[in-house]
This record gives sequence, structure tokens and C-alpha cells, in this order.
Amino acid sequence: MITKRIIPCLDVRNGRVVKGTNFKGVSDVEDPVKLAKLYNQAGADELVFYDITASVEDRPLFTGILKEVAKEIFIPLTVGGSINTLGDFDRVLKAGADKVSVNSGAIKNPDLINEAAEKYGNQCVVLSVDVARVNGEYRVFTKGGREDTGINALDWIVEGEKRGAGELVLNSIDTDGVKKGFDLEMLRDVAKLISIPIIASGGAGKMEDFVELFKIQGVDAGLAASIFHYKEIGVNELKIYLKEQGINMRV
Amino acid sequence: MIGIIDYGVGNLFSLKSSLDYLGLESVVTNEEAILRKTDRIILPGVGAFKDAYDKLDKIGLIPVLGEIIKDGKPLLGICLGMQLLFDKSYEHGECRGLGYINGDIIPMKRVVDEQLKIPHIGWNELKIADKSNPLIKYTKEGDFVYFVHSYMGSNCESSLVAYSEYGAKVPAIVSKDNIYGCQFHPEKSGEVGLKILRAFSEI
Repeated sequence: MITKRIIPCLDVRNGRVVKGTNFKGVSDVEDPVKLAKLYNQAGADELVFYDITASVEDRPLFTGILKEVAKEIFIPLTVGGSINTLGDFDRVLKAGADKVSVNSGAIKNPDLINEAAEKYGNQCVVLSVDVARVNGEYRVFTKGGREDTGINALDWIVEGEKRGAGELVLNSIDTDGVKKGFDLEMLRDVAKLISIPIIASGGAGKMEDFVELFKIQGVDAGLAASIFHYKEIGVNELKIYLKEQGINMRV
Repeated sequence: MIGIIDYGVGNLFSLKSSLDYLGLESVVTNEEAILRKTDRIILPGVGAFKDAYDKLDKIGLIPVLGEIIKDGKPLLGICLGMQLLFDKSYEHGECRGLGYINGDIIPMKRVVDEQLKIPHIGWNELKIADKSNPLIKYTKEGDFVYFVHSYMGSNCESSLVAYSEYGAKVPAIVSKDNIYGCQFHPEKSGEVGLKILRAFSEI
């Protein structure tokens, strides 16, 4: 049977991996190529590479570093950051991405999901949604968590699946960087509505958080950044632990 | 020299990178003359079956491939490239394939439990059906490989080398004479995948 996936996330800015809390207060961590190789060796099931400021600075994603990473990593690589057109898909796929993550670009132009799914296949289109609670409603945010779009997140996620997204990365802004566990409530609410794989993001602090996460039916993968970057938890160590807890893992 | 057939479907970057990483010389091409000079060929592919078959046909490589494999040159199909090796596919209606491997390509939905997600995305274990196959000389039972697909091989028992369980027995590696196919992506399957590519280079 298929395993649950552990996915370290490389948030890249100006060629360095960085990490913030609640999407703010960013600090420098490491060279992305070095870090990616390390995760690959440690048994990461996949890597996500976000050019986090591409969208804010309104410029195309850096493909140079992406190529450097992709040349050395032989596990699936999802890439995101300022993906607005099919041309952007093309560019990052040619630089070594296997899947492309769309976020604000798809909110501005939802047809991007359909067009990309048709051209590159559903498996290639990962819908990434940044969600926070506003007055008791799940709301979609953009610009790295700075801007409330007013869009209901559950509606948008369901629409994204219908339009052909092959996977969902659900980033909870409310739990991001807080390290008190994934946003289980939000994940349960979303998992009830869709059948594409869900990658949970935001809030992992300890190994037990992943055990709780994988109890939710419909969650296929856990994504985290800082706990891996700062070596609070080793990817390999985590996967062995989860396997011991009876969760199906590739170790 | 390994020839990677470039017929406009899918991403060849990681396949080329993984061969580079292994120190294996390769060339990405759609030119008949170059393909004839290589000593083995990889047929990659992502996307829809008919579209891919038509593209291969349009650049005139179907008869060329047929001649090349008759000489015994090893050919490895990956993902959709593996599916193209089969007799026919039932993806969006019936479509003929290259016919190098006996069997059909069918929608996974037809055989897999409704509760399981389709596409079959992620890492799954290999169960070995034919230990003697040279493509898996460095592979062992239980090794994990990375799959992304919604259609699968069927009626291909005579060519089955390895399979995975996903609500059904999903053919993972098939082989007949000098023809090999992987449903999963060896270029995305970490060390296990690299070993399969190395084994292919040594056939």
C-alpha cells in the first residue's frame, strides 16, 4: 500500500532558505542545494521549493537555484512562487519541477488550473491555499499571508478540485510557525469535502503532531520547514517513529 | 550512449539529470539517425495515451522504433512510455499502442476499490514476480518506488516482473525480450530508482 509522505519545504528568498513565524519575521537558514541534498539522504519523500518573495516582488521565480536543486535530487519536487501563466509552468517544469504549485496566480485567474491540468495533467497541478480564520470563517489569504481576499476557503478548495488540481497543500496561517501541531480542525473540515490528496502544512512542532495528523482520513502528507531546518526533528528519525506507531512509511 | 526520445510529452530534465548523476552518457533527441546510433533507448512520457501515441507517430518514429528493437537493442518505457508499449489502451476510448508487450491499459477506477484515491500518487512497495529479470538485479522485494498514474497495465501476466498493491495488483515492471517498462518513475524513486536505471544501462 501507498505510504504517508513527509515533505520538507524549502522557502527560498534571494537564493537562501528562510523561515518565519505566521508568515512573518523571516530569518536566514541555509543554502537550498545543500539542504535539499541532506533531506534527500535523510529519506524525505518529496521536496517543496517555494520562491516566497517572487509573488510579492512581482517577478518570475528564480530557475537557476531550482535547476541546481533538481540536478541532485531524485525524488519528486514541487515548485511554487509567482506562477501566473502556462508559460510559468513551462519554465519551472523545464528547470526540473515535477509538480507546480499555484496560489495567488490561480485566485487571479482560476482558468489557470484548468488549462494547466489539461496541458500537463492533473498530477502536475498542486493547489496551494493559505487559510486563516476570520470571524469564524475560513478565509483565503494571498501575498504570503498578508492579504485577506475575502474568499471562502472551503468554496475555493472545492472549486480548485473541480477545475483539475491534482493535490492540495493546505497551509494554516493560524498554526504556521507556532509549533503546537497541525490545524487538525481545518484539515478535517477540508478532508470531508474533497478526494484529492491533501498535504498538511503549518504547525508541526514535535513527532507526535504527525501521528495526530495521519489519523485524519484523507490526509496523505505532512509538510514542515523549520523543525527540519533547525534539526529539531530529523526526517529519518521521524519516519522511523511514525512507522513504529503503525503508520505506513517508506523507511 | 542512451537515447532519450523527445517527442514533446513530459519533462525530461530529471531523467537526463539522473543519468548524468550515474555517469551514463545520454542524448535527448527525436532524430532517427541519432537514435539508431545509441546502444539503448528510453521512451519517457507523461500525459494522455492517444496524444502521446499520435505525437510519436507524427515524428515518424513508430516504424523506426520497431526496426531498432528487432535488432535486440534494449528499450525502457517509463510511466506513459511503458503504457505505450502495450497492445492497446482504454483511456478515453480505445487506442492502439506499439504492441511490444501483450496486454491492455485500463482505467484504475475499473479495478480499484472506490475508497482509494485515483491517481495512484506516492511511494509504494515493489513485490517481485520474476527475480531473474536483469532490470531488477539491484532491486529487492519491498523497495519503494514513486508512482503517479490513473491507468494501469492489465492482462500482462506473462510479462510481469514486479507489481505493487493498490486495491489491486498494479503492474510496476514489465518485460519481454529486450523490452522493459516501469509504471513508476525510476528517475524520481531515489536510490532504488537510480539502481534500476543503472541496471538498464548494463543490460
